[in-house]
Amino acid sequence: MTTTTQFDTLPERAETQRGLVAVAMSGGVDSSAVAALLQQQGRAVVGLTMQLWNQRRLPELQGDGPAQHRCCSLDDVYDAKAVAQHLNFPHYVVNFEEQFEERVVRPFVDQYLAGRTPVACTNCNTDVKFEPLLRMARQIGAERLATGHYARIRRNDVTSRWELLRARDETKDQSYFLWGLSQEQLSRSDFPLGELTKEEVRALARRANLPVAEKPESMELCFVPTGNYVQFIQAYSRERGISLQNSEGEIVNENGDVVGRHDGVHNFTIGQRKGLGFAAGKPLYVLSIDPEKNRVVVGEDDVLRKTVCEVEGVNWISRDQPSGIIRAFAKIRHKHEPAPAIIEPLAAATARVTFDAPQRAITPGQAAVFYDGDIVLGGAWIC
Amino acid sequence: MNRVYLDFNATTPVEPAVLDAMLPFFSAEFANAASIHTPGQRARAAVETAREQVAALIGARPQEIIFTSGGTESDNHAIFGVVGQAFLPVSSSGDANSPHLVTTAIEHEAVLNACQALEKQGARVTYLPTNREGLIDLEELRRAIRPETVLITIMHANNELGAVQPLEEIGRIAKEADVYFHADAVQSAGKIPIDVNTLQVDLLSISGHKLYAPKGIGALYVRGGTRLRQLLYGGHHQRGFRPGTENVAGIVGLGKAAEIARKSFGEDAQRISALRDKLQQGLLQRVPHSRVNAGAAPRTPNTTNLVFPGVEGEALLIALDLKGLACSTGAACSSGAVEPSHVLTAIGLPPEEARASLRFSLGRHTTSADIDFALNVVPAAVAQLRELSPTYGKMAEAR
Repeated sequence: MTTTTQFDTLPERAETQRGLVAVAMSGGVDSSAVAALLQQQGRAVVGLTMQLWNQRRLPELQGDGPAQHRCCSLDDVYDAKAVAQHLNFPHYVVNFEEQFEERVVRPFVDQYLAGRTPVACTNCNTDVKFEPLLRMARQIGAERLATGHYARIRRNDVTSRWELLRARDETKDQSYFLWGLSQEQLSRSDFPLGELTKEEVRALARRANLPVAEKPESMELCFVPTGNYVQFIQAYSRERGISLQNSEGEIVNENGDVVGRHDGVHNFTIGQRKGLGFAAGKPLYVLSIDPEKNRVVVGEDDVLRKTVCEVEGVNWISRDQPSGIIRAFAKIRHKHEPAPAIIEPLAAATARVTFDAPQRAITPGQAAVFYDGDIVLGGAWIC
Repeated sequence: MNRVYLDFNATTPVEPAVLDAMLPFFSAEFANAASIHTPGQRARAAVETAREQVAALIGARPQEIIFTSGGTESDNHAIFGVVGQAFLPVSSSGDANSPHLVTTAIEHEAVLNACQALEKQGARVTYLPTNREGLIDLEELRRAIRPETVLITIMHANNELGAVQPLEEIGRIAKEADVYFHADAVQSAGKIPIDVNTLQVDLLSISGHKLYAPKGIGALYVRGGTRLRQLLYGGHHQRGFRPGTENVAGIVGLGKAAEIARKSFGEDAQRISALRDKLQQGLLQRVPHSRVNAGAAPRTPNTTNLVFPGVEGEALLIALDLKGLACSTGAACSSGAVEPSHVLTAIGLPPEEARASLRFSLGRHTTSADIDFALNVVPAAVAQLRELSPTYGKMAEAR
């Protein structure tokens, strides 16, 4: 009983939910710790591991050595199973390869080819994890789906809304990837790690003797374990019969003068510096990508900073859609410090975001997520 | 938790009498059946008794039985053995002379993947389609046979549907064409009568753990005179056909299980098929829009495969397991996730119906209470899944 004290304030909702809970288990330490934690709280747990992507599908991406810590790899599935066996609860591997490709992988590649820089994890959360997987969890009799996300959910009794909050551990916070969730999805989800630090989670995993307690973290996209997106996009496109061999185009400056050539817009992201050379001794950065003209526009750092952007697919989570402008802190990429801005809702789930101060590299395809302190008000895709 | 097992096509428990027969051969009678001394001779005698018992189950002569590690090895041995022999004189020569095989689209992976491996080595394979009942068209089989056809390999009973192919007619066609005929009888041995002479098969695969013997033991029937290339090279065990120290305990178990099956299967079949029919009828009545896959085919007495439109079979399987009922859907891939069944796709089910199908397979130990339990939990689970299904509401309306 020495280990549970620090979590006494945590399971406010779990206290009232005694039914079966499904845990989405990737085989990593976080989701494994969730299973252990819920079990310690007396919950009946069932583990579900998603089979999302066949790592052998694109043979040209296969390295020579053994695969290292790949999500969706057989090793991770076995790790999840080993944790379930260790803790003695039922565990199943469920096949969502079709949905994952349709809703995550293909859009990811299409966005890159259109000169945008997508956030695949958000699509996976909104359209796979908290959609068909949550549905399956409920179909097999679980009341809710618990995941290893670092974020918090709470019920606002005044507004009767489920609110999404940043994790207590700001360095691990994953709320940026969860802004697409609906009230229905939030009401049936549990993020038991939201109050914990990564160190506390590891300590919990060690105390529970989990076989994955010392497993290193994976930082890459699960279906691109090498981290080499360009190589993946080329291989996947080739499989679909699309050749990117002749996708060469011009690199131009702001005046339209050709300053170089590129080998495909999918190789670039806004703000990127690498491989662009210098102009008059100053480094050049990608300012924008024009897939229509197959052009990459470059310029100096100060031009990269912008104050206004438009966003689409707005989802208001912790509050109703505002009737007029509101002030909030907007975060425009995972590693961006939220900056004060005015959000002006426009027609059809679009909005205009005007920052108080110019922000560097506002990138189409990334998400803008609106915060009020720790509360995630909503989010949207940058146009 | 009350657990009911309706997945006997996946595997069966070792029969207590089979276990009793095996136990002495782990320690007390541990000798190598190839040894010359007295203990070795006793082990040899036990192996040969088992060979007679297995032969008796399928109307073969004992010397036509080779013990293997199971159904997969038996299938591989038959297929690579025949084709390897055919390759020998003109190894990987021109296309026209490439050996040709005829099989079906609904075979077990042990046969399908062996055929695909041979295709990569230059062999040609015809995969016969089936009708909605999982049965091949004999005329199509006749037409598929070419001068360079060296083997017809067609399963007896299908593992997912229970559908039984007309082996006797296939055997006649193979004989007329003078082509070797292999049958994967893993799902039929012990469930329905098999006589290798009536069926005119040249090769026939059996797996121990599907008929109440342990896992890791199987047999291949090889008709006397069949030219078969061996797969494994080693000692002179089993007349050099299948080297490797004999798995005496396993072989004794398979023999005993074959003997029990031979004596009891008429009785078993009657009782089990009555329970199967009760389950099938009960589910059809209690689950709206449910249908039987391949229900009009001659089937093994223990198997029924139903489609429950509007559900994900994978979710239903898990829901049922959590309630204590074990059954099966499709085939598991290496991660353990369910893959769409190639069998259900081959008999013409659209993908969403293939994914909505579940197999129940009964066994010697299935009781009426087990069936009542299933009739209780399955309709409730299907209803729960359909309530949360994004497609079922629309589908039911459309009907």
